[in-house]
Formats: sequence, C-alpha cells, structure tokens
Amino acid sequence: MSLLSVQNLDLSIHSYGILKSVSFDVAAGEIVAITGESGSGKSMTALAVMQLLPAGAQCSGRIMLDGSNLTALPEPQLCALRGNDIGMVFQEPMTALNPVKTIGAQVAETIRIHTRTSKAEARDRAAETLARVGLPQDRFPLSRYPHELSGGQRQRVVIAMAIARHPRLLIADEPTTALDVTTQAQILALLTRLAREDGMGLMMITHDLAVVADMADRIIVMRQGEIVEQGETKALLHNMKHPYTRMLFAASSHRVTLPQTDPGPPLLEVNGVSRDYRTPRKTLLGKPGVFRAVDDVSFTLARGERLGLVGESGCGKSTLTRALLGLEQVQSGSITLDGEPVFTGNRPNLAVRRRMQVVFQDPFGSFNPRHRVARQICEPFHLLEHPPTGTARQKAIDEALTAVGLSPTDAQKYIHEFSGGQRQRIAIARALIIRPELIVFDEAVSALDVSVRAQILDLLAELCAAYSLSYLFISHDLSVVRTVTDRVLVMQAGRIVEQGETEAIFTAPEHPYTKSLIAAAPVLPDLDLPDPKGLTA
Amino acid sequence: MWRYTLKRLLSLIISLAVASLVIFAVIEVAPGDPASFMLGISAQPETLAALRTELGLDVPKVQRYLTWVTGMLTGDFGTSYTYRIPVADMVAQRLWVSLPLALYALTLSTLIAFPAGIYAAARRGRPGDMGVMGATQLGVAIPNFWFAMMLVLLFAIKLRWFSAGGFAGWDEGPFAAMRSLTLPAIALALPQAAILARVMRSALLDVLGEDFMRTARAKGLTARQALWRHGLRNAMIPVLTIIGLQFSFLLAGGIIIEQVFYLPGLGRLIFQSISARDLIVVESVTMLLVFAVIFVNFCVDLAYAAVDPRLRART
Repeated sequence: MSLLSVQNLDLSIHSYGILKSVSFDVAAGEIVAITGESGSGKSMTALAVMQLLPAGAQCSGRIMLDGSNLTALPEPQLCALRGNDIGMVFQEPMTALNPVKTIGAQVAETIRIHTRTSKAEARDRAAETLARVGLPQDRFPLSRYPHELSGGQRQRVVIAMAIARHPRLLIADEPTTALDVTTQAQILALLTRLAREDGMGLMMITHDLAVVADMADRIIVMRQGEIVEQGETKALLHNMKHPYTRMLFAASSHRVTLPQTDPGPPLLEVNGVSRDYRTPRKTLLGKPGVFRAVDDVSFTLARGERLGLVGESGCGKSTLTRALLGLEQVQSGSITLDGEPVFTGNRPNLAVRRRMQVVFQDPFGSFNPRHRVARQICEPFHLLEHPPTGTARQKAIDEALTAVGLSPTDAQKYIHEFSGGQRQRIAIARALIIRPELIVFDEAVSALDVSVRAQILDLLAELCAAYSLSYLFISHDLSVVRTVTDRVLVMQAGRIVEQGETEAIFTAPEHPYTKSLIAAAPVLPDLDLPDPKGLTA
Repeated sequence: MWRYTLKRLLSLIISLAVASLVIFAVIEVAPGDPASFMLGISAQPETLAALRTELGLDVPKVQRYLTWVTGMLTGDFGTSYTYRIPVADMVAQRLWVSLPLALYALTLSTLIAFPAGIYAAARRGRPGDMGVMGATQLGVAIPNFWFAMMLVLLFAIKLRWFSAGGFAGWDEGPFAAMRSLTLPAIALALPQAAILARVMRSALLDVLGEDFMRTARAKGLTARQALWRHGLRNAMIPVLTIIGLQFSFLLAGGIIIEQVFYLPGLGRLIFQSISARDLIVVESVTMLLVFAVIFVNFCVDLAYAAVDPRLRART
C-alpha cells in the first residue's frame, strides 16, 4: 500500500477552480516529482496535502496518509500530523526562517511541539539533526541566527526542521530554485540521501525537468490544475505520450541557431575595471573596510558579437552590469564604447548611454503600472537630443512592437493586460526602440516558464538576424547562455576566471570553477526528440 | 551589543549638544526682552539695566549659553524671571505630575492596544476585526478634550467616583494621587490606544503573510501558537517606534487635558512661561523635553536591538 494516496482531489479558491481530479500515489522511500509551469497547480497540490490552504479554499476528494483521510481530519489532529508525519521544505530559504530566533531554537521547536522532551534534550536532538544535514556543531553552533548563514545553509536548516521528527512524507516545494547551481546539486543530493536513509516518501515540486530527471523515481506532469501524464521517470521520458510533456521537455532543452556573423572592430572595451564597496567600520572610530565586488576585469565585446557572462550569485555580475551602463562609478580601470568612456567626470556620458540599452529580469517589476505601453517603450527617447515626435514617434513604436511579435494596437494597453512573456517582449521593444548598438540582457529569461523562455530565445535569434545585434547576455543558467552566445566569460568572486568560445568552454572547460559549474548544472537526458509544432510560434 | 549601545549613546550625546544650541539660538532671536516685559514700558532705564544685570542678560551670548548648559548639567536651571524661584524646583514639581501621568496613560494605551490589535489581526476580515477597527476609527476621531469632559460628566459628576479636576498631591499618598490622575490618563490614553492598536494590527498582518509563518504552521503549530511564538516579536519594531513617539508626546502634549482637569503639569508651565516671556523657564523646560525625547529614542533603539538580532549584528 502506498504511503500517500491522493484520489480525485478537486480544489477551488473562492469558487475559482485550481485543481481538477488530481490522483497520484507516493510510496514509502519513493521520490516522486511533480512538475509543470507556473499556474499548473503543483504548489497548491503540496499545500493541499499539508492542509495549509489559503482562506476561501474548498477541497474535495481524498488525501489518504497511511489510511487516514487528511481532508476530513479536524485541525488539532492535522497540527499533530504536520511536522511529525509530514515535513515540508519551501522555496525561499532567505525568508522561510524566523529572523529573530536562533537556528537551534527553530529546529528544537519542531521536536518540542510533538514530543514531551526537555529543552536540553530537544537541543541535543536539534544538534544531531543539524549535523545530519551538514551543519555540524563546531562550525554552526545552535546559537546562530538565520542572517548569519548563506542561502544554501539556511535551506539546510529548513530541511533539518522538516526531518527532525523523521516524518514518513517529506514535501519539497521548489527547494533549490532560489539557489546557485553548485548549492542546488548539494541540496538535491542531501534530499535524496535523507529520503533513501529514512525510507521517507519524497514529494518534490519543481518547474525544472532537468532537476528531477536524474533523481526522481516517478514524474507527474501537471498543467492548469490537471495531471496530464505520470509514470516511472525512465519510461515517461522515453515514451512521452502527452503533447504537453513533449513540449515541456523540448522547451527545457531548447536550442536556437544564431545567424553567423563576423565580429567587427571592438565595440565595448573593459580594461582593468575594479569596483569597491565600503563595509561597516569594525571599531567605533576605525577605518571602514572595503569589499571589492569587481576585481581587475578586462574583456572586449566586438561589434556584432553575442557575449555571455555566467557566474553564481554574489560573483559581481550585477555590479559589473551597473558599471557598464554607467550607472555607477568604478574605482579603477576604464569602460569605453567605441572609444568613448561611459562615465565622464562624475556623471554618465549621455552620448554613450543612448547607444546601449538593458533588459532586466523581472517582467513584472520593471514597468510602471500606470503608463500605457506606448509611453513605456518610448522611455529611452529621453536620452536623445531630438526625440522623434508625431508620426515618426508612432512609426518607431509600431516598428518596435512588430519586431518583438506584438501588434501596434498593443501600444494603447496597460502592462497588467500582458502575460510575463509578453511583458519581456515589451521590455525588449523598449530596448530596441532607439536602435542601440549594445543591449545588456540581465537574467532576461530567468523568471520565465520554459515554454515562454523558448519563445523569447527564438525571438532573440530572429532579432539577431534582422538587426545584427551586439549583446551581453548575463545569466546563471548555463544551458541558455550556451545557445545564445558566441563567446562566454566565467566570473567568480569578482574576477573573470575563464573566457573563450562558448562551445569550446562548455565542451572543454579549463578552470576548476568552470568545471564545477558545468558539472553541477542539471541536464536532461539526450532523447533526440523532434521539436513539436507550435512551440516556436 | 556593547558596541551598539555605545554607538547609540554617542549619538544621544551629540543630539543633546546640537539641540541645546538650537534651543538657545531660537529663543535668543525671538523678539521681546524679558526685563522690559517684566517692568512694563514705562520703566526707568536704570531699573531696567539693574534688572538685566540681575537676570544675567548683560553678559555676552556665548558666556550665557555656557552658563546655562553647565548649570543644567549640575542641576541648576537658573532662576525664573517672573517667580524669582529656582527653575529646577518648578520643573521638578510639575514633572511629578506630568511624568506619572504620561506613564499611566502609556500603560493604559498599551494594555488596550495590544490585545485589541492582536485580536483584530487574528480575525482579519471577520466581524471581530471590523468591530475593533470601527472602535479605533472612533477613538482617533473623537477630540480628547470632549472625551475628557464626557468622562468628567459621567464619572465625576454623575457617579462621583473621581474628582472633576485638580491634583491631590503625592503627600496624600500614592493612591489618592493616582486616583486624581485616572480620568486624565484615560482621556489621554484612548486616542493613543486607537492609533497603537491599528499599528499593531497592520504590523502583525504583515508578519502573518511572511514565509516563516507558513513554515511555523508546517512544523505543526496551530495558527494561534504561530502568531504568539513567531509573529509577535517580529511585529514589534513598528509598534516600539510608535510607543516611543507617543511617550514623548504624552509628556508635554497633554496641555489641553491638563487645562480640562486643572492639573499643574509641564504643558501648562510652558504655556504660562511663554505668555510671561519667562525665557529661562521656556528654555529649560524645552531642553528637558528634548532630553526626554532623545532618551526615549535611545531606549527604543536598545529595544529594537533586543528584539531583532540583525540590528545587533549590523553595528
């Protein structure tokens, strides 16, 4: 008999349907992955199993855990189950812990809620559990606060809280989405080890097929609140029946073909650039410390070249981007576009600024919700001495929107009327409208679902052919960088540790850091599937 | 934590020094010479000069500032121009009314606001929440002097539980003194409680939406346990800020209530001194109030650090 059996689960919130007859099983010791794009209902499925649904939620069907139906249990019994029989790990390790309590107290709390243990005993057990997840006492005493730990370490604390009572079922909701690839690999290995050691059922929710392909025993694919396909990992991947599964798989490993270009003369030249930040004083009247975020970085981007920049969070990617755009002054070195400095005196050089544009990560936060699209995408015009007016302006708007696959009539709409992918197209239109010589894509596809990401990557390839773009593509996602760049820079702790032709770096990395990055990145098995129709539309 | 405290203390001293300079300068440039005001417009120049010497108004400004500041540090606030008695005694006498009144009101306001705010937050959108929010709306809207008069009408005139005004004095024993401060304290506390309850509620609601509250529920805590164990302390920062501001306000801002209840408090003293051009009293009381505000802020800063370990680490 399976440990968890979800049967015909329907869920609606304020009579809006969220889940439709979801049925699946998780056996003891089994790792089951639920995957799908945003809005597919995978997180709600997890919350339904925990019975921690938002207000106004109505659920019917049965959720059987070891013979008892969770949907029918009264709240006190559910409280006794949560944390004791079902543990849960959440996506955001930075906010999942209470900032004002020590990690020891937070892990011990799980134990003390469910057992009559003395404080001292609970602390000992918490110490054991933390050691088990890789936070030994001698280096990570119980008295540490969450803000004194890194993201990966915090996620280990969350895992320790979830497994402290040896639950039979562990639910992990996107446990590694907010983490770097090397940390992600460690956390995934930890979860797998714990599940195997304790014979726990592990229900793993993720949008990333590659993550689950080599760890899950079974995969469940969800779309719009329904399960479209489920089965043993190997069998499912080799024999995908549902077109959505095939689309998801193809989109996850989507490759584009960039038009061949001969790199021209150097466009962007970065020479020995360093950027320092002051850190707080150690003593009351002492000198403030200095943190070097970007350390002696030099590279060249030729006209017509597509350059990638990869590295983990905190490596200095964003600082370097701000310096390139002339948003911040650097402490040493020079940045020039076509020989002109991006920063003159104490202010950005406008003559250079109008020749570069940027596309940011967040398609929701990078627009003013009160302006119409026409006004949003005309924003860069303020950089020009003689911005186009009247019909010339209208023509520019129409062209930019058409170029990114939208219609000129969209210009009169507001930003909330568009989906995430469409917004990112608008962001690209905004960058294109003044025909910049260089575009910086700062994690521009990282927040998008895989199918939307595939479409944006295709758009990028089309725009490369139409406008012979030169761009710098910054991302933590190696597979994306691999397909849309000619050359790549690898950055670690503020320095560029390796650079070269993209394919050469990916097939034969030389620097140990590059090697570890590539080794840690989860990859989908090569199944040689045909690209289903409709994906690139 | 020690470094944090030391740093806050240093900032307290600097703030006090700057404040004393500003107060002295502002009052110096204000028109009106206390000596001529005291003697009237028909005073003889010699008498005027003699009084100016007596009051210490004829020495250079820098010297006067230094005398004033060093005097205050040793507890000598100078002599009142009008009453010819030491300012320190006058202030001390008034402080014995205003300080207990402010603390009394603040205690009442906190005792009302905390349960009301927590209750409303825990029942967001339900009738209980709406009831509390409606009551606080009323509490903010009602002018406190009107509310004070209603209290007098009901509890002093009709029920005769309390006196309608005046201060019994501490010589009559703490009970009698506190009794005469009860109605004023209620009148002062109610609008403050209404504001504090709203702040408490919204701070708690912000915290209830945090990820770690969901984590707490996933551990097996009930909604109520999660709120008490994980929510409350995280919601304290904005609440402490408001409590600090309210205390500073209550210390001298109760002038209307002091008038309604005929209380010899600091607010009335400052009002009378301004009308009489008794600048030395105005200066000293203002400085005292500034000191109180800065000191309360210092205490609030320490409370922040006690509540939030991240603040301890930052400095």
